[in-house]
Amino acid sequence: MAVVRLRAPLKDRADGRPEVDLPGDSIGEVLRELERAYPRLEGWVLDEHGRIRRHVNVFVDGEKGQEETPVGPQARIHVLPSISGGRAS
Amino acid sequence: MTELLVGTKKGLFVLRGEVGAPFEIATRAFPGDVVEFATRDPRTGRYFASVTSGFYGPRVMYSDDPTGEWEQSKGPVFPKDIPDVTVKRVWIVKPGESDGVLYAGVDPAALFVSTDSGETWELNRGLWNVPTRPEWEPGLGGLALHSICPWPGDPSRLALGISAAGVWLSEDAGDTWRTGYAGLVPGYLPEDQREGAHTLCVHNMHRAPRRPERLFMQFHGSVYRSDDAGKRWNDIADGLPSGFGFPMVVDPADPDNAYVIPLTADRDRVTPGGEVRVYETRDAGGTWTAHGDGLPASETYLTILRQAFDHDGGSPLGLYFGATSGDVFGSANAGASWSTVHERLAPVTSVRVST
Repeated sequence: MAVVRLRAPLKDRADGRPEVDLPGDSIGEVLRELERAYPRLEGWVLDEHGRIRRHVNVFVDGEKGQEETPVGPQARIHVLPSISGGRAS
Repeated sequence: MTELLVGTKKGLFVLRGEVGAPFEIATRAFPGDVVEFATRDPRTGRYFASVTSGFYGPRVMYSDDPTGEWEQSKGPVFPKDIPDVTVKRVWIVKPGESDGVLYAGVDPAALFVSTDSGETWELNRGLWNVPTRPEWEPGLGGLALHSICPWPGDPSRLALGISAAGVWLSEDAGDTWRTGYAGLVPGYLPEDQREGAHTLCVHNMHRAPRRPERLFMQFHGSVYRSDDAGKRWNDIADGLPSGFGFPMVVDPADPDNAYVIPLTADRDRVTPGGEVRVYETRDAGGTWTAHGDGLPASETYLTILRQAFDHDGGSPLGLYFGATSGDVFGSANAGASWSTVHERLAPVTSVRVST
């Protein structure tokens, strides 16, 4: 099981859990499991087509990854807002 | 007591009070996120907020108590068979005429329908599949379906306003759509390219409930009225300091009575001459009267956005608007006099009266 680390506001929508153990062989699979385990996170990290949102970064063991990036059984996954985020007025 | 839902660039402010004194902030919800629009369905009392996080995307939230917990709707999102398109922003949530039916207008221009009081949403395929869609172009704010005008008592008839793709009309509950372009003049296009152009930048559109074949429109450069349910439009901007603007209110009790807040021009989107004025017509656009009593009268250059003007449905009509300065103003007497409702909130994106 990979360990997914969450910060606010994502943590708040995962019943306050800062870490969640989830199965999956890729980032996409793990994040879909995250949505299944915590439906209040649906649409927050992945868009409606299962792609990581543009201003969200996902790191696997310190390396930035994409939906297809492999995830080992002991991987630590961080889901973070991008510093390029926000929105132009 | 009046309750206002004030969407801002930094959350939803629920304000409560009476015109004549500052309103209190009953709650601030969704801090840090853009609340594009918030409204209350008068049939059920349910509140809706369109919330966009710069990181985590757009969503519709709903609650029966805006000072309590909010639930997230399932959607609006594009279905799997439209794989390259995602919802960028929800511009409006509008109660329909059938029980439990609501509509949502989004960027990129699409209509979503809920039949369960906003808990789930489904794409209207009829509008999505109109053949001219590949020719549609966005306005400065995106390809926005921002105006939804149901027909009182007839759920089969709808009118939509899209920036910048004109007016779309349905008489079969959204199965098929046709344009309502006639009479609209896109002065921002070369004269020889105006005929048949789809790039029609509708800024706001409202139906007169007591005479539902009548619609008023704030366009990019003029104000129009239609008396045939949107088939043909007549220019009614004569008498206004500018034809440019975004906000508009139509009196639900009087189909001849409407209000606009003009801005100087597309290149200078502030109140003209440093004065804040609300313009009223009581003869369906034949003449306009400026109201400014109690509003800033000099050296004030406000921008009032599309959804940031509303009425309370009362008699006399209560009117409320907010500016990107964060100031909100109200009138309890149909615009004859105004007072400040609240100062220095975050930039205001929308104002709706909920009670």
